[in-house]
Amino acid sequence: MSLGRRGGLVALLAPAVVFIVFLFIYPFLYGLVLSFSDPSGSFTLANYERFFGDWWERRTIWVTLWISLPVTVASVALAVPFAYYMRRGIRGEKVITFFLIVPITLGTVLVSEGMLTYMGPTGWLNQLLMAIGVVAKPVRFTHNYWGVAISLLIQGFPFSFLMLLGYISGISPDLERASQMLGASRIQTFLRVTFPLMVPGIAISFCLSFVAAFSVFPSAVLLGEPSGPTRVISISAYHWAFEEFNFNVASAISIVMAAIELLVISGVLVWRNRMYRGASIVGKG
Amino acid sequence: MKDFSRFTISEVTKRFGERTALAGLSLELRRGEFVTFLGPSGCGKSTALGCIAGLVPITSGKISIDDECIDDGRTKVPPERREFGMVFQNYALFPHLSVANNVAFGLKLRKLAKEAVAQRVDAALKLVHLDGYADKFPAQMSGGEQQRVAIARCIVLEPRLLMLDEPLSNLDAKLRIEMRYELKALHERLHVTTIYVTHDQQEALALSDRIVVMQTGRVQQIGTPEEVYASPANLFVADFMGFKNIWTGRVESARESGDGIEYSVALDGFTLKVRGAYREGDRRRAAIMRRLNDRREVWTAIRPEDVQLGGQGDNVVRAKVVQVEYQGQVSQVTAVAGRDTRIDLRPSAPVASGGTIEVRIPPEKVLVFADGEAG
Repeated sequence: MSLGRRGGLVALLAPAVVFIVFLFIYPFLYGLVLSFSDPSGSFTLANYERFFGDWWERRTIWVTLWISLPVTVASVALAVPFAYYMRRGIRGEKVITFFLIVPITLGTVLVSEGMLTYMGPTGWLNQLLMAIGVVAKPVRFTHNYWGVAISLLIQGFPFSFLMLLGYISGISPDLERASQMLGASRIQTFLRVTFPLMVPGIAISFCLSFVAAFSVFPSAVLLGEPSGPTRVISISAYHWAFEEFNFNVASAISIVMAAIELLVISGVLVWRNRMYRGASIVGKG
Repeated sequence: MKDFSRFTISEVTKRFGERTALAGLSLELRRGEFVTFLGPSGCGKSTALGCIAGLVPITSGKISIDDECIDDGRTKVPPERREFGMVFQNYALFPHLSVANNVAFGLKLRKLAKEAVAQRVDAALKLVHLDGYADKFPAQMSGGEQQRVAIARCIVLEPRLLMLDEPLSNLDAKLRIEMRYELKALHERLHVTTIYVTHDQQEALALSDRIVVMQTGRVQQIGTPEEVYASPANLFVADFMGFKNIWTGRVESARESGDGIEYSVALDGFTLKVRGAYREGDRRRAAIMRRLNDRREVWTAIRPEDVQLGGQGDNVVRAKVVQVEYQGQVSQVTAVAGRDTRIDLRPSAPVASGGTIEVRIPPEKVLVFADGEAG
């Protein structure tokens, strides 16, 4: 390769490299350095000690996992049958997809506001439940764990569903037909062919949904009890950054968040590799 | 291999809304027979295969094996319980399973003992010359190898019927001929009743016991390769079987002679003499004579290979060479005779483009069709 051509290639790569360095690598390394520094700039582990030494801060990890893991599992578990059912396209698919996308486009704040009214103690949902006699007193759906979980599910499910649908509709329908011709019933075909082929898609959609749920902030504040039961880890980071103005501790908390997310993602990928060892190419050989 | 004595497909029809994809397919399969559905894309041959497999619900008609009703449009045996094997055009191997597990897929569903499964998988892989590939994954194999796995995966179950949907169309030319040879060898060894779908007449002729030629959902002809090749039932079949020279003309005279009919047909610029061999008493002979009396417009057809370069006797025509395509042993030559009659021929002697040649059209090699029917 001539020098001129190589120069051209480097020039083509430059925008992407600059983008990644300035928007991802630099802020990340900056945060990492901050988390290991004291305000004067010298190395210290005190920021981490501060977080892990205080049970009130430490418990935000469990609080966050306790919300985000079940929500992610539920939204992916719900998305699998929906995506499977709609894999060849069904009538009214566009309408269904439209209603699923709406919560994503509206944004967390608007959905939370809607939920506060609709699911509040005097909201329609409770009035309906009481009218048909399911419950005697209004059920608390908001300002607690359930408020946050429901709002995350409303936003997380469409996301997992759309990702999985894209994945599953890429699986050649001939594979299911082949399985059938070899003597497999519908359920056997799903268990032995379709589901294993969906595993990589499920893994990816789980990871992305989990990361989104784990960094929950607005709905934990608006729909939960941010002072206690739903004091998630991002609230803790916010607290240290903008109420205590201690960016070092806040950075340490962010790094802890990243580490936990990385841990969960690794776990999911190990599961994926155990379930699916074939090539990632699906369909045509 | 499961035995049957009568496999009957009668009047099977499939409509998709207004469109009839398959119109009244009737066929009786003999045990161990190799039958090919041949036709251009969209002719209904894949639909026919889907209907027989049970993957496509039929609109009407009946499929039965001996006294067992497989499908009559209302009640049907689901595909997974028909015990038919299907090799798909794209092979449809399970990408997440090793070769051995792909082949073992059906056996495991039948809850066979582990040793029995392993033994039969080994035997099947040996049969398709893939011993040693058991632990590979489909994505690590070539198209031809994947094809063999797909075949092994079917025959390991000893199906009552083996169906192959354009199995060679994704392979390159050389491999296609090799696999064709192997398919034939395999069939001769196992004698499994086979339905083979293709658009390639060479494949159909080389492999089949019988060929079902189809177009727009309708069967055009059912016959042995020799029958379909030498006496196509109509103009469509003739065209598909390589009668590339098709000319319309007007019958000027027709008379019965000892063992056939002699016509002369006025083409665009020259007169073509035709001798059809129909023995006395041949029903077709009477039918043709009758038809010629009320309809004089006919189609004549001859293969490029049968057109001779030079020669004496009847039907010697001067023609201008417009294109020469060198193909090794022979050349593909296109010439124009009369006012605008295109003649394709395959001479082995060299021909110069732009020159004038004399070609002879042997009268006994010309087929005549009136109304698209054989004559």
